[in-house]
Amino acid sequence: MNISLNITKSIHEWLFSIMPEGVANIVEMALIGLLYLAIFAILGLFLVLLERRVAAWFQLRIGPNRVGFQGVLQTMADALKLLSKELTGTVKADKFLYNLAPYFVIISSLMALAVIPFTKEFQAFDINIGIFFLIGVSSIGVIGILLGGWASNNKFALIGAMRSGVQTISYEMSIGLSLLTMILITGSLQLSEIVEVQKSGWLIVQGHIPAIIAFMIYMIAGTAETNRAPFDLVEAESELGAGFHTEYSGMKFAYFFLAEFINMFLIAAIATTIFFGGWLSPFGITESIPWLGVFWFLGKALILIFLMMWFRWTFPRLRIDQLLTLEWKYLLPINLVNIVIMALIVWLNLTIKI
Amino acid sequence: MEQKTTIDKSFKTEPYQINMGPQHPATHGVLRLVLTIDGEIIEKVEPDLGYIHRSIEKMCERDSYQQIVHLTDRMDYLSSNINNEAVCLAVENALELEIPDRVKVIRTIIGELTRIASHCLWWGVMGMDVGALTTYFYGFRDREMINDIFEETCGARLTMNYNVPGGLMFDIHPNFVKRVKEFITHFKTKIPEYNRLLTGNVIFQKRMKGVGILTKEDAISFGASGPVARGSGYSCDVRKYHPYSALDKVTFKEALKTEGDSLARYEVRIQELWESLSIVEQLIDNIPEGEYRVATKAVIKLPKGEFYQKVETARGEFGVYIISTGTKSPYRLKFRSPGFSNLSLLNHIAVGGKIGDLVATMATLDLVIPDIDR
Repeated sequence: MNISLNITKSIHEWLFSIMPEGVANIVEMALIGLLYLAIFAILGLFLVLLERRVAAWFQLRIGPNRVGFQGVLQTMADALKLLSKELTGTVKADKFLYNLAPYFVIISSLMALAVIPFTKEFQAFDINIGIFFLIGVSSIGVIGILLGGWASNNKFALIGAMRSGVQTISYEMSIGLSLLTMILITGSLQLSEIVEVQKSGWLIVQGHIPAIIAFMIYMIAGTAETNRAPFDLVEAESELGAGFHTEYSGMKFAYFFLAEFINMFLIAAIATTIFFGGWLSPFGITESIPWLGVFWFLGKALILIFLMMWFRWTFPRLRIDQLLTLEWKYLLPINLVNIVIMALIVWLNLTIKI
Repeated sequence: MEQKTTIDKSFKTEPYQINMGPQHPATHGVLRLVLTIDGEIIEKVEPDLGYIHRSIEKMCERDSYQQIVHLTDRMDYLSSNINNEAVCLAVENALELEIPDRVKVIRTIIGELTRIASHCLWWGVMGMDVGALTTYFYGFRDREMINDIFEETCGARLTMNYNVPGGLMFDIHPNFVKRVKEFITHFKTKIPEYNRLLTGNVIFQKRMKGVGILTKEDAISFGASGPVARGSGYSCDVRKYHPYSALDKVTFKEALKTEGDSLARYEVRIQELWESLSIVEQLIDNIPEGEYRVATKAVIKLPKGEFYQKVETARGEFGVYIISTGTKSPYRLKFRSPGFSNLSLLNHIAVGGKIGDLVATMATLDLVIPDIDR
């Protein structure tokens, strides 16, 4: 029995003892919603800081180190500044869609966060079609980007939004197919069950060669999904200024910005769950302390995030036609062949189980 | 444009115009490009100049020859010392002054260091334009060392004003030779690093190869010069054909590529880094003793006539054309700036490419806008 479960359980019981069942349910949902909003904000701010420090490290700089210890409060200060800024916009913009766009982006990543299993009991929404839900929900974000670019009444923003539409729709295929490759081993879409399966070896080990191929494709497509370099054509600053969020300011801009970082975390978190055993510790060294699962989960996710930052700060950007060539001519065919190979491996029982 | 014929007529496409600049990160200054785009494909590029016009040539008609040197700093600010040198050489040739060897060698060393600094900055910005932000800081790290040397030598880092008609403003600092040598050993390890970080990258190669092709004939007819022309196989290095200062005493290869695409222009500049480094290396050990300047009259009056001097800046051939009527300032002065001719061919090589190609191609032209817009 672990502590966390006890706390949540006692809160649950206490809520139900003082108010009628319906109200208690709603209050509990609100509490969990608030908790996830807090996670969202803290993660976003932390990742922004991490990105800046990592970038500085790559670029012979120091990075933010003045506000708070080693600059830990820097992003907090930036967020406060953005909050206090005036929300400007273009004159002939479609005001309704313009204001709506950031919420699409941020809500999609917030919803996706709900199914991520941080550890055994720390998952808001353990749905039996978990991965399907993740892919579905995370693709809502592109609507926000398209709307933002369209409603800004700015040609640069429009080009950025159109690029984003093309890019996200294309790379969604690769993400879906590479995850599907791994589903062949687990036989379940439920994230908690996928992690359970990995008690006999992480899926990247179980599925060996096709799993590694699937992981590489997933990371490439995932980086493209989050619109980060080398696939940052959407906001290619040397070509389009700032792309789809050129006309956004203040907190609306911050929503786009935060959502990008949360999406990066989501991509890393899904990879952790599917390929690297989620909250499971390597060789089961801390299986007896389940709460440490969060530590392992975040640790693995951070390593993958670091990998994505590494791409970002070393690679040049692709051109739009090269981007689509890469997806439709290389990744997708490789992926389809890879699924067949994986199916054969699972059928012939050639997976490696520890 | 064969794609157009296959498109269903009911989906009519229409080109649209977009303003790139004057406030745009890729134009490196206040250049405005009016692009006509069909989706992502560039149909026309019209550079619109005049945002930083300061009528330097007109101002020169009023100034004395010593003052003109200072104005040339503000044109191509990345090769300011070479610009200064051009004016000084023109004035000295007109006056038929005998310049000490020491001055010639120091001018050449500083000129080549300027070229390296300029190419370092270009390399950093080149990477940034194709999306690799880290290169900027690597380029600046090495450029900073050169700027520090300049600062110690003459007190200025960017707008040098180190040359005066007749020689140099001051003698070199005692530390100069030591620090330049330090820089040479440092930079020799850094050029391979540049290649590892950017040149060898698959994405970078794909972005550059076969993009923005400029044939040798076009390079000549557009009046291209410098690395842009040499990337197309047009051998035009002023340092080779009309050596000035101490350049006739050194041996170096003219960087030349025949492909004419963006990658060729890129590689020519990387090659030039090596060549400039070798020129500095040949001269730094034997700077002759002597005067650092010959005395000129306080008011220089050129004889009546026309004088032309060209030099090779980091961007190409820079010319100073002076018409003198025998007074203390020129009757008319014309600068031939390399960037202007190089910009003129942008429309020729960028049409048919994507927006990303335009930015990458423009980066390989290495434009400095105040040089174009004087």
